[in-house]
Amino acid sequence: MSRATVATLPSEVSGARAVGWWGMVLLITTEATLFACLLFSYFYLAVSNPVWPLGGIQPPDLLLPGSGTVVLLSSSAPMAWAEAGIRRGQQGRLRLGMALSFLLGAVFLGIQAVEYSHKPFTPQTNAYGSLFFTITGFHGAHVFVGLLMSAVTQLRAWLGHFSASRFLAVQNSALYWHFVDAVWIFIFASLYLSPHVL
Amino acid sequence: MRRSWETGPGLLGWLGSVDHKEIGKRYIYTAFAFFLAGGVQALLMRAQLARPENGLLSPELYNQFFSMHGTTMIFLFATPIQSGIGNFVLPLMLGSRDMAFPRLNAFGYWVFLFAGLFMYSSYLLGGAPAGGWFNYVPLTGPVFSPGWGIDFYTLGLIFLGISTTAGAINFIVSTFKLRAPGMSINRLPLLIWSFLTTSFVIIFALPALTTANALLFLDRRFGTHVFDPAGGGNVLLWQHLFWIFGHPDVYIIFLPAVGMVSSIVPTFARRPMVGYTLLVLATVATGIISFGVWAHHMFAVGLTPLAMAFFGAASLMIAIPSGIQVFAWLGTMLGGRVVLASPLLFVLGFLVLFVIGGVTGVMFAAVPFDWQATDSYFVVAHFHYVLIGGAVFPIFAGLHYWFPKMTGRMLDERIAWLTFWVMFVGFNLAFFPMHILGLLGMPRRVYTYQPDLGWDDLNLLATMGAFLFALGVLIFVYNVVRSLAGGEPAGDNPWDASTLEWATTSPPPPYNFLAIPVVHSREPLWDPQSEAGGPLLEVGHRTLGTSVLDADPTQLLRMPKDSLWPLALALSLLIVFVGLLVNLLLVVLVGLLLTFLCITGWLWPPHRTRELLT
Repeated sequence: MSRATVATLPSEVSGARAVGWWGMVLLITTEATLFACLLFSYFYLAVSNPVWPLGGIQPPDLLLPGSGTVVLLSSSAPMAWAEAGIRRGQQGRLRLGMALSFLLGAVFLGIQAVEYSHKPFTPQTNAYGSLFFTITGFHGAHVFVGLLMSAVTQLRAWLGHFSASRFLAVQNSALYWHFVDAVWIFIFASLYLSPHVL
Repeated sequence: MRRSWETGPGLLGWLGSVDHKEIGKRYIYTAFAFFLAGGVQALLMRAQLARPENGLLSPELYNQFFSMHGTTMIFLFATPIQSGIGNFVLPLMLGSRDMAFPRLNAFGYWVFLFAGLFMYSSYLLGGAPAGGWFNYVPLTGPVFSPGWGIDFYTLGLIFLGISTTAGAINFIVSTFKLRAPGMSINRLPLLIWSFLTTSFVIIFALPALTTANALLFLDRRFGTHVFDPAGGGNVLLWQHLFWIFGHPDVYIIFLPAVGMVSSIVPTFARRPMVGYTLLVLATVATGIISFGVWAHHMFAVGLTPLAMAFFGAASLMIAIPSGIQVFAWLGTMLGGRVVLASPLLFVLGFLVLFVIGGVTGVMFAAVPFDWQATDSYFVVAHFHYVLIGGAVFPIFAGLHYWFPKMTGRMLDERIAWLTFWVMFVGFNLAFFPMHILGLLGMPRRVYTYQPDLGWDDLNLLATMGAFLFALGVLIFVYNVVRSLAGGEPAGDNPWDASTLEWATTSPPPPYNFLAIPVVHSREPLWDPQSEAGGPLLEVGHRTLGTSVLDADPTQLLRMPKDSLWPLALALSLLIVFVGLLVNLLLVVLVGLLLTFLCITGWLWPPHRTRELLT
């Protein structure tokens, strides 16, 4: 390898070539494992009790959280659209897509707050209530972190930090957002759907 | 070049350093200080047990000592000191100028330091955790352990976990992306395979510990019922979560030690390692199987026979990769021309002790034997043979081996031999009698015992052995201090070893290599093809990025310079955890706000200086 070829190597890279991308993927991997441990705890207590949910609590109503699920999952689409935009240097698409995605994420948190206020039990009622609020609350905190990440990235987008060759922060922010959405599918299936069918 | 890479002067430079060599040494010094602290607690316990019905320690203090001794040695010594050696050696061995995320590396160190001090401050603030290092509920629940002791444990370990996870991510990405050109995955040094496997085990195992501690903290502080049977919770869930982490953790501690052995044996056998591919497979297999054996810590709690058969069989299976490794080391030495220097001496000690600890481990995999010996001193003997024999001796081997590279000075060889023999004899005097004590029925974690049980002499012997072992550690400290003051200069490659860390000066310059090395084989420095250097990256603060499998150059990475953000972020998190401990919401919120600001400031792109653009 000659010295001349090294000098021509790029400094701005994205995706699997960038160390930052790998850092985000590994952070997501270990966080996904954390959610898996929480769901393991939920099912462990579910099978070690004769009835579940405990103490006459009905399986959760699906209408409100179901619509929240639709809102959250749909928020991934404008995020992907924004990322594809900046890859072509389209600043407007980046700003619009991320703003839309942010809005949908915030609506999801609002729906979750309404749902919490209608629950007839608290984290202190019994172990079911403890885990229900711990798991959904922990996920909600992740949505909140995702929103913060998105907000800072949007600020940087308005300051013109990104271009067709420089968008790793957008990519990482989008990766985290898709992760937060994907993990909700597992939580929704475990906490909302499984009590109806098991 | 030196001006661009050197840590800045003064206190701010010291606090802001992101040099992996500096951070690695800090990890080693700090972890060694915790090793001494954990050791003093062990000596006090042994002094208490030297004779029956001794009154040196109260039962309460004894419980705190054995809990903090275990917690310290596992979490604050064994893992961090290997992170330290890894931090120092790994980029050099890869032919890189730093880790992939130098600032994350500094952050990991500060969090480790603060989490350790956080846990030790418990002694001054109402008593240390006293529920043993695996902290079983219901003993550690709100009813039986009021006060802050257990909260120091749960919060401290969650805090420390941030450091461990950050370190693991850094090791993985550095290994994937920052290798010297030509160091394809089949030429990766075995030490790096070990750190890679360990780091993946951390990524997948540590969340279980964090989950357990978070749920216990909520139970204790906010009255949730996850571990409370009266509210539909289950105490066994703690044991599952803890050991889903805890058994892989044994290999988190053991695998880097094995990697150090695999670095040292070929150097002193004067030949390449036998069975490289098998050793790689054994290392990775150990990491994977380690996730399938956790319930062998729980044979006595009433699992189903099928579960016990499964976990018993998986536990036996782990003897296969361990056996492969032992035979590969023996084969390398048999087929080589062995030069017996102090690092190899510690490795030989390791082999003897590890085989003894491995054999008693296989005994425990047989469920009926486990039922007889569990919670007795036989267990204490077994895991000290595995952890001191299997990790501390390799760590001392590694410290003797890389000391010349870290400091530029040789340790005194005769004092090193004395260190080894005093530690080896002291260790066996301390821990071999515990096998017999366990079989005689002495339970672990008792603060005293009756005089007429036939345990007196063996306990006295164990105590004398423990103090002899401690003397060996002190002799090592003396040797280090003596060499730092005026040891013989080491030269670049005093052991005539084969890996890249020996290709640069001792101690290495801040930028490690002026010209990034190019690799043509597994033993680049024994390889006549090896060039003096590859690409020169003279301008700017950069290193070479390579592809994951073949290590072809793909990019130039701009590396960060000194930064105070890592320290600021670690302090912000400390504020969060102190707020959680003292239960002040305002403090927690302030800490979280500072955390957010620090992360944003950290990731905000720097002003493009002229140098960065060239």
